[in-house]
Amino acid sequence: VTISAPATATEAAEAAHSGRDAAIAFIVMTILFAAAPLVVYPFFVMQALCFALFACAFNLLIGYVGLLSFGHAMFLGAAGYLSAHAAKVWGLAPEFSILFGVAGSAVLGLVTGALAIRRQGIYFAMITLALSQMIYFFCVEAPFTHGEDGIQGVPQGAFLGFIPWSNPWALYYSVLAIFLFGFLVIYRAVNSPFGEILKAIRENEPRAISLGYRVDHYKLAAFVLSAALCGLAGGTKAIVAQNASLTDVHYSMSGEVVLMTLLGGMGTIYGPVVGALILVAMQNYLAQYGQWVTVIQGAIFVVCVLLFRRGIVGEIAHLFKRSL
Amino acid sequence: MFAAFAISPQALFGQLLLGLINGAFYALLSLGLAVIFGMLNIVNFAHGALYMMGAFCAYFLLNDAGLNYWWALVLAPLIMGVFGALIERLLLRRIAGLDHLYGLLLTFGMALVIQGLFQNYFGSSGLPYAMPSALSGGRNLGFMFLPNYRAWVVAFSLVVCFATWFMIENTRLGAYLRAATENPTLVRAFGINVPRMVTLTYAFGVGLAGLAGVLAAPINQVRPLMGADFIIVVFAVVVIGGMGSIMGSIVTGFLLGVVEGLTKVFYPEASNTVVFVIMAIVLLIKPAGLFGRTA
Repeated sequence: VTISAPATATEAAEAAHSGRDAAIAFIVMTILFAAAPLVVYPFFVMQALCFALFACAFNLLIGYVGLLSFGHAMFLGAAGYLSAHAAKVWGLAPEFSILFGVAGSAVLGLVTGALAIRRQGIYFAMITLALSQMIYFFCVEAPFTHGEDGIQGVPQGAFLGFIPWSNPWALYYSVLAIFLFGFLVIYRAVNSPFGEILKAIRENEPRAISLGYRVDHYKLAAFVLSAALCGLAGGTKAIVAQNASLTDVHYSMSGEVVLMTLLGGMGTIYGPVVGALILVAMQNYLAQYGQWVTVIQGAIFVVCVLLFRRGIVGEIAHLFKRSL
Repeated sequence: MFAAFAISPQALFGQLLLGLINGAFYALLSLGLAVIFGMLNIVNFAHGALYMMGAFCAYFLLNDAGLNYWWALVLAPLIMGVFGALIERLLLRRIAGLDHLYGLLLTFGMALVIQGLFQNYFGSSGLPYAMPSALSGGRNLGFMFLPNYRAWVVAFSLVVCFATWFMIENTRLGAYLRAATENPTLVRAFGINVPRMVTLTYAFGVGLAGLAGVLAAPINQVRPLMGADFIIVVFAVVVIGGMGSIMGSIVTGFLLGVVEGLTKVFYPEASNTVVFVIMAIVLLIKPAGLFGRTA
C-alpha cells in the first residue's frame, strides 16, 4: 500500500488485503486441524474442537456486543443432555439429536436472554450466572438427566445416514466439519451489517439507540445465536464423548469459557480457538495435579486482566496491525 | 393452616429460623458487595472465597493460637480486612477506571486461586468448629425450641447491619463515603484522601465477609468451597435488591432467607432455586430491582 494513494483506494486495497489475510488464516487453520489427528490423539482434538466452537459462540457476545455472560455453561450442558437423551432414549440419528439440542439451547437462550437484557453491565453477568445455576439445580433433580450419573453409553449411530460414527476417522472429520460450519456462521455474522450494529452497541449503546436501532432486539438475536451455537458444541460433544454430565452445566464451565476467550483474545475471530486449545491441553496434561489446575486457571485470569487484556491473538494482531 | 398443609409448627418455625440465619449471611455479604461496588465499581466475585477464609481464620485461631470464638469474632474480620487492603493496593488499584467486567474477571480469578489452594491443603470435606460454650444449648419457647447460638447469629448480624447502615447514612465518615461514591474527583479536591478511603472501603467489605464466615463456622462446617455456591445466591439477592441502597441490601437479604426457609417447609424441591425464580419475576416486573434507583 503506497502512502500517497488516495484514501478510498487505500481503503479498498486494505479491504482486499484483509480479505486475503482472512482467507489465508482460515485455510491454515483448516489444514492444521485436518492434519492434527496424525500427531495428536484424535479424541483430544475433537474435544478441543467442541470447546473451541463453544468459546467462539461465547465470544460473539463478549467480543462483539460487549455482553459478559457468566452462564454459558447452561447452553453447553442443556444441549448435551437433550442430544444424549434424544440419541439414547428416542434412538434419533446423531444429526437430529444434535439439532434437538441446538433447538433446546436456542429456546433456553431466548428465555434467559430476554430476562438478562433487562439489565445492563455487571448485572447482566450476575443474572446469567444465577439463571444458569437454576438450570444446574434443575439438571441435578430432573429424572431424565440421571443426577450424578449423567446419561452414559450414548449410541453414536450414522451421521446423515451414511457416515458411521463408529469409525474414528469418519467421526473426526464430521466433528471438524461441524466446527468449521459453526465458525463460518460466526464469521459471517460478525462481518455482516448485523455484526456492524452489534459492534456499534458495544462501542456506544446510547448512540446506537439514538440512531434508531432497537438495541434490545439485536442483543437478544445475538444472545439466541450464541446460545444455539453453544448448543451445537454441547450436542456434538455429548454424542462424541457418548455421555452428558453435570460438569458441563456447572458454573465452573462458564468460568472456563470466559477464560478461554480472555486468554485467546476477546473480540478476535481466532482468539477463542487458541484459548480453547490451550485450556483443554492444560487440563489434559495437568489432570494429575488435582486442584492445582484451578489455581493455575485463576492465576491466568489475574495475569490476563492485569497485563494482557488483548489476549494472545489480540496481542499478535496488534503487533502486526492485522485483524485476526 | 398447619393442619391444611400437615406441617408441624415445630418444623415451620425451625425452618423460619434457619431461613433468618441464611438471610443474615445474605445480608452481611450483599451489604459488603454493595459498599464495595459503590466505591470501587467492582463486583467482588471473591466475596464467597473471602467469607470462607473468615471461617478458616476462626478455625486457625482456635486450633493453632488457642484463641476462642470471641477472639475470632474480633480478630478474623480485622485479619481479613488487612488482607482485603493488600488485595486492593496490589491488584484492584491497577484496573481502576477500566470496564466493570475486568473487575469481575480479576476477582473471579482470585476466587479460583484462593479456593484451589485451600482445597489442595484441606480437601473438600468439612472441618468441625466447636460451638462456643456460652452459646450452646437452647431454650424452649413453647411453640419451638430455640438454639441459643442461632438466636445469637440473627441478633448479632442485625446489629452489625444496622450499625453499618447508621455509619454510612448518618455519620461524617459515611457522608464522605457517599460523596466519594458520587464524585471522587470533587471530594479529593476538598482534601479528602480518596484512594485511602477506597482501600478502607474494600477492607471493610472484606471484613464483613470474614465476620459472616466466623458466624457460619459453628453452624456449617468449615469447608474450602463453603462460599463458592453461596456467592451465586448472594448475586441473585443483589440483583433483586439493587446495589444502590444499603438498607435495600439488608432488607432483601433477610427477606429472601425467610422465603427460602418457608419454601423448604412447603415445597422442598424448589428450595434451591426459589431465589433465582424470584429474581426472574422481579426482573420482569421491576427490572431495576426492588430498591434500585437506576437500571
